[in-house]
Amino acid sequence: MNSERRGEKGEILLEMKDIVIDGFSDDKWHEIVKGVDVTLRRGEIMGLIGESGAGKSTLGLAAMGFARPGCRLTSGTILFDGSDLMTTSEADKRKLRGSRIAYVAQSAAASFNPAHTLIEQTVEATVRRLGKPEAEAKADARKLYRDLQLPHPDTIGDRYPHQVSGGQLQRVMTAMAMSPRPDLIIFDEPTTALDVTTQVEVLASMRDIVEQYNTAGIYITHDLAVVAQMADQIKVLRYGETIEDADTRTMLSNPKKEYTKSLWSVRSIEKAEEESDDNILRVDHVDASYGGGVKVLDDVTIDVPRGHTIAIVGESGSGKSTTARAITGLLPPTKGQVLFNGTPLPPMLKDRSVEQLQKIQMIYQMADTAMNPRHTVRDIIGRPLEFYLGLRGAERDRRLLELLEMIELNETFVDRLPAELSGGQKQRICIARALAANPELIICDEVTSALDQIVQKGILELLLRLQRELGLTYIFITHDIATVKAISDQIVVMLEGRVVEQGMKSDILAPPFPDYTKLLLSSVPEMDPDWLTNLLAQREQEGGLASAGN
Amino acid sequence: MHPVVRTVLQRLGLGLVTLFVVSLILFSSIEFLPGDFGEAVLGQAALPETVAAFRKELGLDLPMHERYWQWLKGMLTGDMGNSFSGRGASGQDRSRPVVELLGPRLANTLFLAAMAAVISVPLALFLGITAALYRNSIYDRTVNALTLTTISFPEFFVAYCLILILSSFTKIFPSLANVGPETEFWERVYLTALPALTLTLVIVAHMMRMTRAAIINLMASPYIEMAELKGTPKAEIILRHALPNAWAPIVTVIAFNLAYLVVGVVVVEVVFVYPGVGQLMVDAVTTRDVPVVQGCAMVFAATYILLNLFADIISIITNPRLLHPR
Repeated sequence: MNSERRGEKGEILLEMKDIVIDGFSDDKWHEIVKGVDVTLRRGEIMGLIGESGAGKSTLGLAAMGFARPGCRLTSGTILFDGSDLMTTSEADKRKLRGSRIAYVAQSAAASFNPAHTLIEQTVEATVRRLGKPEAEAKADARKLYRDLQLPHPDTIGDRYPHQVSGGQLQRVMTAMAMSPRPDLIIFDEPTTALDVTTQVEVLASMRDIVEQYNTAGIYITHDLAVVAQMADQIKVLRYGETIEDADTRTMLSNPKKEYTKSLWSVRSIEKAEEESDDNILRVDHVDASYGGGVKVLDDVTIDVPRGHTIAIVGESGSGKSTTARAITGLLPPTKGQVLFNGTPLPPMLKDRSVEQLQKIQMIYQMADTAMNPRHTVRDIIGRPLEFYLGLRGAERDRRLLELLEMIELNETFVDRLPAELSGGQKQRICIARALAANPELIICDEVTSALDQIVQKGILELLLRLQRELGLTYIFITHDIATVKAISDQIVVMLEGRVVEQGMKSDILAPPFPDYTKLLLSSVPEMDPDWLTNLLAQREQEGGLASAGN
Repeated sequence: MHPVVRTVLQRLGLGLVTLFVVSLILFSSIEFLPGDFGEAVLGQAALPETVAAFRKELGLDLPMHERYWQWLKGMLTGDMGNSFSGRGASGQDRSRPVVELLGPRLANTLFLAAMAAVISVPLALFLGITAALYRNSIYDRTVNALTLTTISFPEFFVAYCLILILSSFTKIFPSLANVGPETEFWERVYLTALPALTLTLVIVAHMMRMTRAAIINLMASPYIEMAELKGTPKAEIILRHALPNAWAPIVTVIAFNLAYLVVGVVVVEVVFVYPGVGQLMVDAVTTRDVPVVQGCAMVFAATYILLNLFADIISIITNPRLLHPR
């Protein structure tokens, strides 16, 4: 049915000219996209890249003639296949959405309706908007599931969103976008929430299917290496303006603007590793389980060298965060013990002394949810100062300012609420809160994974400087290998609750690799447009994807 | 066993335990009330021996746990004991079983509650859903203002206004709802129209606002945005995408209001001279007719527990996470 309207490859499909979008905040309208042009041809993928707040998602949604609540499309033209979405009626735009232009959202888990099965949602637009017979649409959906290499493609659609994993949901969402065979799909950070190993599979299947059906796409991300695999051309956005435009290879090999180059340079920090035999903490043959059920930690032994950084890597569900919970006493081990400075820590948090609590602090992935939204920075950092150190009044405030200075913020932040801070600033406040206790060991649980590359770089540099100045020890939990390279001395690789390897960074990151470490390392996208193609070819040759990936 | 069945059985068991605890509290708190039925009937001047004999006849001289046990056994076999009233100083026993007193009254109360529920629940859902659909429109504001107005007035006032307009001025409905055991169904509906309408006006706001709030609360979810981006029309978004996820809070409020319709309508009963359980209980309290008070209270407690159980079950079966575990 779509073959008649599907034009030739290379014909212009979408032309956005001088797009201005306003957002409403602080009681007035601000320009958040300031006159951006986009030209997209059929069968072509454009990468939109930039930090958060650059207006990428807003611009992507504008391609559907859609503005989120609190935003408005102010001026410009959005010519989609000849009609201007700025002037078409809401009813006509609705006919395009979900049938000729589809959307793949960032968080698949939140973007599926929990009340309906996956296949119902996959075919919803196709059946209810386009009027395709339900049985036919469902058969096609199953075929798409198979094309996207989902397990049990014939039955997975009968499951509910909470019954499948994040990586699978993301693929089902791609199938949902593809079901009506749209001319254009907007991918809004579709792999940001996934592990590297899952990301590779999702990227590969998305790219294949888009190619197979000659669909055009706008691919929004803040990860350059990812966009390099997907896009034919790349547009760099900052503060709602185009910084640079070029085809992918030119952009990667020869970026023109300073800002673009800075996006490239993020992965350039690399800490020189140091050996050390003086261990501050030993996780000694620890087993743990939730509610007495399945073992989530199985005989885990980790040595943490004093004044250094140990990175724990592995995909989600490998037991990284559970290890942290066992160390902090949030989840008492069922077997084994945790030694701190040579003495065993009581397994339960409530049995630990104030000094024991004080010496081990934590920083979390989601700075947003780790702070009470109604507490000011003064309350947040002041609380550990009072609780651990007994500081009050002027003394406390003096220390508070010192801490703010350490994290490169100033006294104007003291009375702000978390909502008044940027993502990077929030994470800095969380770091200051951990520092306030004068800890010896800080456990950093994915502290940079929710941040943009440039902000990540700032946080990592800050953590490294603090380590040099204060002699801190870090346990750095992450699934991002670039972060590991940047900050660690030693690496622990975990899989399914067990330690696969522990050793110096240079040893772990150099061959020969155990199978799993190899899979993990090879899955980290590289700034090479051919990386994914080569990787897949190589894996196919080795037949390794099927055995190790699932 | 399917986890939902297990949860339902668990809740049912808990409900029974709650009912048992309620019976204990009820029995002992009445025990600690000052005053005595014997003295109340026979008067202050009665000889202590007479009072003692009277108490013995009623079984009031037995130790408390024994009496509780007797009462509980009776309750379990559907026998709530005999009313105290009808026993006089004369020694003649004209008392009637509590079940006989309570039965027809309860039927009346349930009939009125059902009438009010049949009108108010669909009305509240309809108003709530449409108010969410046209959020912040004139329609939304009008609906909110009207329902809030009716809930703000005391129920007797609402009742008298309705009587004035629908009975005195226009003579559409009778102002007295004096139904009897022989009243046939449609006659009954006609007679109870005004009290049912009064109750509707009193409870519709609560349910309507919860429906509206529960739906609007979900409208900011990413999956609603996704539905919009799939070209789903507004009404379908609300009915197909928001409502199925909003049942839990809505049903809780509906159950709460239905319970109120059974246990809390004494004022409306008085205004319309409607022979319901509320009046019976108030009368029993004034005459210290303990078995009747206990019977009514147990019926009320059971109503609350059952309706809440019902709400819990609906919440569970509308939650796919519980209905279809991993």
